Amino acid sequence: MNIITIEHIAKIYQVGTEEVQALRDVSLTIDKNEYVAIMGPSGSGKSTLMNILGCLDTPTKGLYTFTGKHVSDMTDNDLASIRNKEIGFVFQTFNLLARSDALHNVELPLIYAGIGKEERRERAREALTKVNLEDRMDHRPNELSGGQRQRVAVARALVTNPSIILADEPTGNLDTKTGEDIMALFETLYEQGNTIILVTHEEYIAEHAKRIIRLRDGLVEKDEIIETRRVAQPRQI
Amino acid sequence: MTNFLFELKEGLIIAFNAIRANKIRSVLTTLGIVIGVASVVLMSNAIKGIDKSFQDGISSFMGTDNLFIDRWAWFSNVPWWELNKRPPIEMEDFEKFKELAELPIAVAPLNDAGNVTIIKGNNSVSDARVSGTNQDYIYTTNLEFDEGRFISELESNNARRVIVLGFEYADRLFPFGNAIDQDVQLNGKKYKVIGVLKKQGSFLMGSFDPDNQSFIPISSLFKDFRSKWSGSGITIVARAPNNQMLYEVKEEAIGIMRRIRGLKYNEEDDFTINQQDAFLEMINKSVGVIQIAGLFITALSLFVGAIGIMNIMFVSVKERTHEIGIRKAIGAKRSVILRQFLAESAILCLLGGLIGLLIAVAGGKIIEQFNFPVSFQIDSIVLAITISLLTGILSGLAPAWTAAKMDPVDALRYE
Ligand SMILES: Nc1ncnc2c1ncn2[C@@H]1O[C@H](COP(=O)(O)OP(=O)(O)OP(=O)(O)O)[C@@H](O)[C@H]1O
Ligand SMILES: [Mg+2]
Repeated sequence: MNIITIEHIAKIYQVGTEEVQALRDVSLTIDKNEYVAIMGPSGSGKSTLMNILGCLDTPTKGLYTFTGKHVSDMTDNDLASIRNKEIGFVFQTFNLLARSDALHNVELPLIYAGIGKEERRERAREALTKVNLEDRMDHRPNELSGGQRQRVAVARALVTNPSIILADEPTGNLDTKTGEDIMALFETLYEQGNTIILVTHEEYIAEHAKRIIRLRDGLVEKDEIIETRRVAQPRQI
Repeated sequence: MTNFLFELKEGLIIAFNAIRANKIRSVLTTLGIVIGVASVVLMSNAIKGIDKSFQDGISSFMGTDNLFIDRWAWFSNVPWWELNKRPPIEMEDFEKFKELAELPIAVAPLNDAGNVTIIKGNNSVSDARVSGTNQDYIYTTNLEFDEGRFISELESNNARRVIVLGFEYADRLFPFGNAIDQDVQLNGKKYKVIGVLKKQGSFLMGSFDPDNQSFIPISSLFKDFRSKWSGSGITIVARAPNNQMLYEVKEEAIGIMRRIRGLKYNEEDDFTINQQDAFLEMINKSVGVIQIAGLFITALSLFVGAIGIMNIMFVSVKERTHEIGIRKAIGAKRSVILRQFLAESAILCLLGGLIGLLIAVAGGKIIEQFNFPVSFQIDSIVLAITISLLTGILSGLAPAWTAAKMDPVDALRYE
């Protein structure tokens, strides 16, 4: 069963009088429990595609069907609701609320989902435990290392039990070892049946996926299945 | 609904945290609202105080149930030279009126001596208000005595030189008290003080201050200050048993006056029955003008405060663009963001309003020391809270809306 279907998607930015074609014509489908890496040179449209897939942005042209629903027909509130319940986003720059502690950051999507305090706390603690941060719940982002911050972000992405996790260069700001920790987390999520799409520059990160989509100049250059994928091992802490 | 309350609560927590995080800025911004609300509350109470003291002053000066039968009309479209043709009301008219009138509980003559200076030793009151009347006048007013008594019938009939002093006059002439049975000079004539009125404590300066008046027998007034046959006549004061009876008393008074004056049915009244209503109306009008002017000025200061809040909220939205992007990316709806910022500006203003209220109460206490009436009531608190919440919401609206309609991708990209 496919979760995502995009047909002839284009995204055109108007910069002054000039048109920038971030995406020209992209069509693809992604099934449930796939593990997809999106690669490509800088400026090829990876982030643009991720934002569209994540319902953060809408395409200029083309059709996007998410779990059977046409995204282009949706209101602002519908999109917010999908982002909240169906999608878990992980960003390169973590994007945590600086003034809130780890627990509150993880709780936030549940607040917007209208879930009561008790249950919220419980689920946020659970998610932080999954990423091995049970002893850092009351720390603010600036009191955490980069890897720990990204783990908070992963906990926030998975706390709502989304159907899909989108990660735009999740290891881009981390050293190799810490990056591997994050990949191990994705590995667990993948084994539990989650769908994962991640953008990366690194070949060896991409090899964790089962499928690599290569973009160039706003077009799909190559869409290949990895025969021997790497499986990230959780480091013993 | 529960969802809304829940969101509201969350919004309030976020707002409190945001305000705490920017303490100094919040304090400075709120200052405008503090001043605005303080001045609104203070001004509205001062106006209420002025109004009340006007009303009280007029009522205790003239009595609410009194009719003033006069050749002159207090308020009229008839020009004064027309009124001037009317014959003056004389003491004989008063005597007849008193005999014929059945409804009033008291009827008294009243006339003012002009240009009188009262002197006691080195102390004096120049241009004093000296009214001539008789023993019955006391029943047409609510005057109370500090010491002594009012003019007696005997003193009235025999034109005795006795005087009843208002509190201020007594205080100025006898700074050390003990005015009773002392002599004062009225334009050189020796008068004995027989009574001192209680302090009414009015803020009123002008001619209706019950503390700044004095009474002598009307017969003495004619003897010492003008010839009985010159001048412009007297005023007859008639007191109705109660306010409901006022109309009937007035009708009767008109009938009697027409009879005394010998008017035919087709002739117009050549006198006027004046009532204090007319005064109250005029005063209400001028208080209304003060009110509007005062509120306009204070509204202006509140407006300046509101602009300050709006400004700082725009800054706050701009600064937190990235945060807004994060919140939207993980599912915050527009309405949630909108409420978050509205709550922030409302709380900011509410805090300012409460501080302003405290300042206004303290300021009111200080001003009261200077004998300026300020009347504080619960509605001041309601007023302050309502005004500051309203200002907060109104001035937060535009910034909150900018935040709510931000594009999530643009907001996330913002550094
Ligand atoms: N808001 C925007 N306005 C104008 N042009 C934009 C905007 N966002 C992206 N672009 C352009 O679209 C193209 C694709 O951008 P995108 O961010 O998707 O690239 P990317 O593949 O993620 O690059 P990188 O690997 O550097 O992150 C670029 O040429 C970029 O300049
Ligand atoms: Mg990118």
